[in-house]
Amino acid sequence: MLLDPTSEAESTNRALTARKPSLDGLTIGLLDINKPRGDVFLDRLEQQLGRRGATVLRFAKPTFTKPAPADLRHEIATQCDAVIEALAD
Amino acid sequence: MTVDPGRIDALRARYDGWGLASRRVEVGSLEDEAEAMFDRGWTDGLPIVAPTEARVARMLDGTTRSPGDIVALMPPALVECTVEKVAVNAVMAGCRPEYLPVVLAALEAICTDEFNMHGVLATTMGVGPVFVVNGPIAQRIGMNAGINVLGHGNRANLTIGRAVQLVVRNVGGGRPGEIDRATHGSPAKLSFCFAEDEATSPWTTLAEDRGFARSTDVVTAFCGEAPRIVVDQRSRTADSLVRSLADGLRSAVSSRVVAGMDAMLVVSPEHLSRFSDAGWDRARFMEELGAHLMVDTDTIVIGAGGIEEGLPEAMAGLTLPKFRPGGLLVVHAGGPAGLFSSIVGGWLNGPMGSEPTSREITP
Repeated sequence: MLLDPTSEAESTNRALTARKPSLDGLTIGLLDINKPRGDVFLDRLEQQLGRRGATVLRFAKPTFTKPAPADLRHEIATQCDAVIEALAD
Repeated sequence: MTVDPGRIDALRARYDGWGLASRRVEVGSLEDEAEAMFDRGWTDGLPIVAPTEARVARMLDGTTRSPGDIVALMPPALVECTVEKVAVNAVMAGCRPEYLPVVLAALEAICTDEFNMHGVLATTMGVGPVFVVNGPIAQRIGMNAGINVLGHGNRANLTIGRAVQLVVRNVGGGRPGEIDRATHGSPAKLSFCFAEDEATSPWTTLAEDRGFARSTDVVTAFCGEAPRIVVDQRSRTADSLVRSLADGLRSAVSSRVVAGMDAMLVVSPEHLSRFSDAGWDRARFMEELGAHLMVDTDTIVIGAGGIEEGLPEAMAGLTLPKFRPGGLLVVHAGGPAGLFSSIVGGWLNGPMGSEPTSREITP
């Protein structure tokens, strides 16, 4: 008889949010994780999203080496309809 | 831990049910136990010792802490990790019970915001936690600080580092190819743990340098890559050797990086004798080494030497230290013969990455 070395935790499965039919009138968050040149990619996305009628809000993690702080995640969740994260380099 | 349980264990099994909370996993009578553990994804690629109730119960005798005590929130899944789960993984790694307090302190050190084990695990860079043990416990449990100190052959060194990694893998869920995204990884990610040679050192220890008393048992975690050697077999003076070591350290991680990444220097006894013979203590050595580690930024800005990696051009014309204050950890260890030292390059340092973190080892 062996003892289980894992956490024995069960992960929760959550349903995906329904896909938005259009970008018109949506608020899209762009999250920069703070890697070099991530801003180049996100600047381009901001232009493209703006042209399609979306409002864009920019966010940044303090450092790419740590998970996004809870406050930042809360801010994005309460202000945006969707978020795009740029991993770069 | 690899012998059959004795009479006392049989009594414990009968009368207190071992007092263990972990789920029991029954291996089928036609299954090979070692293969069954590989199949369940519990190992790091090497065989493990089967975590039976008797072995885990004996492992827990190595600490005064209760099996249900929470040691840390284990990244990357950030789940509560109990002393018992650490003991299960320590058995699997091949630890003896007297190593368990070191494993527990090492886990407490890395599961902090400062050390940032989540990032250390997830990064594409081939780094992992490197542990240096100071204090009387190192000798007491038979750790190696001498010949082959960073290599093979010593059970305590190898299994303590391995146990920590198995906990991160099995409890935290940090498996390579999943959250662990290292491009090359490093053999050191299996286990990288050693003791400082305090007995023959004329210098203060790493732990003393970090504010602990010499009599205190301490483990220091440093986020580092695999070690590499600096050969200097000709320097007869402290002045020559310190320049030579600085020359090697300048290219730690990349010669284009200054101040953003730390390093550890493992000085061998023969190399250290050059400095102690000249009357240099640790402080004098650090001062002299620092003076030879000033970098002319003109040579490492973007484009210098035809290389596109480097500092922004606006930083040209400066002289900067290769390492931030406190960013070079010096340890005395290695066999008595050999004019070599070893460099362990670091990773992004400070609040942006990982901070070297020390914890007292308690029973």
